[in-house]
Amino acid sequence: MIKRLKIFLFILLIQSLVVSFSHSEEREVKDCFEKINRATFAFNMALDKVLFRPVAAGYRKLPSPVRAGTSNALNNLSNLVTIPNNILQGDFRSAGNNTIRLIINTTIGIVGIFDPANALGFEKLDKEDFGQTFGAMGIGEGCYLVLPVIGPSTVRDAVGSIVSMSGGDAWYNVTVKNDTQYFKESDYYYSKLTEGVDFRAKNLESFDSLEKTSVDFYATVRSLYLQDRDRKIKNLKVKTDTLDDSDWDSLDK
Amino acid sequence: MKKLRLNLVFITVLFFVSLYSNTIASTSSNFIDDITNKASNILSSKDTREIKIQELVKIGENSVDIDGIGFYTLGKHRKNLNDNQKNEFKKIFREYFLKSFSTRLVEYKEAKIVVISEDIKNEKYTIVKSKLLATSDRPEVAIDWRVYTRDPSKPLIRDLIIEGLSLARTQREEFNSIIINNGGDINALFTSLKEFNKK
Repeated sequence: MIKRLKIFLFILLIQSLVVSFSHSEEREVKDCFEKINRATFAFNMALDKVLFRPVAAGYRKLPSPVRAGTSNALNNLSNLVTIPNNILQGDFRSAGNNTIRLIINTTIGIVGIFDPANALGFEKLDKEDFGQTFGAMGIGEGCYLVLPVIGPSTVRDAVGSIVSMSGGDAWYNVTVKNDTQYFKESDYYYSKLTEGVDFRAKNLESFDSLEKTSVDFYATVRSLYLQDRDRKIKNLKVKTDTLDDSDWDSLDK
Repeated sequence: MKKLRLNLVFITVLFFVSLYSNTIASTSSNFIDDITNKASNILSSKDTREIKIQELVKIGENSVDIDGIGFYTLGKHRKNLNDNQKNEFKKIFREYFLKSFSTRLVEYKEAKIVVISEDIKNEKYTIVKSKLLATSDRPEVAIDWRVYTRDPSKPLIRDLIIEGLSLARTQREEFNSIIINNGGDINALFTSLKEFNKK
């Protein structure tokens, strides 16, 4: 089984390397499995309509402090993946900041529900994952993928998720991988599900209006996902290469 | 004496350049500030949805370079259009954009945007940075406005970058997808846009 997984990871990595990022004026989206992706997207949208959207709408009815506390706790948990990736990217300053945040918020902040670290000067930084680390190493994103339930991804990001589940995520290790006395396997899945619902609840109106005003919603989501990943890999706060004037200059010629 | 004269010329040029830059900056910031205040007043008013949409359409017509955005979103396919197709696209896209823009905005009842700063890229573009203030339902959102300042007396918006995501680029990739999936036929895009406009 492990051998097969290794072969699979190797193939995906090679594919990711071969299908490298295009830096042309208009970057080409590598949607190698578009037909399958569109079918999975339709399935995910149906699932969203019957499950995630109603649950997210219900979640939004919870008092604001409850939602903020949940969001804080999930964010605190994500440091377990962010910190090793900060180190792998050579960003030791952020790794230090996030480690101190994790210690303070898990203890004084009661498993991360509160964020006293921020008040002490350790500000919340962007999350990092293995897909971003691969990107920072110069590995191309590869083909765009839509995964059932999980949603948009790329070959590189999917490999990153596999690395998380192969020992890279301490939260996964103590819940699913190893039989500890303190956590159950379901704790991991509940946390991931809540993370999805929390994200959906924060984007209820924007997602709905985007769907209503798109002529090809699949392509819109794909574009937004790829732009967002690109921005995160480059660790840009707001600016993206879309602000590159060369994109617009041809209009004035 | 010659050196002094050169210095004076240099200082004068520097003065006018900085004056011009400040004019662009303050014009762009004020321009965005003015638009967002107007939009915020419309959205928080007790007018009907239809009236709100009409008012938002007026803002869009006066402050956005709709033709410019339209041609940008066509990307590489723009070069393949003849004059008739260009005119037809301009008409269809204008209707599409205003409908899409006003329908998206009208859903926001609380929309307070605060302009933070601006960054003059060059004489043609200034990026105005702002933030949509958080409410109990959604977090704060960073919004950058790409303002086209070729005519400083009439700045126009060319793009909105929400949390680093460019709406113009998203639109371009969406249109490209429709064209590519229809064997490069631009008429497929025209049909999709017309269908959206009819809804």
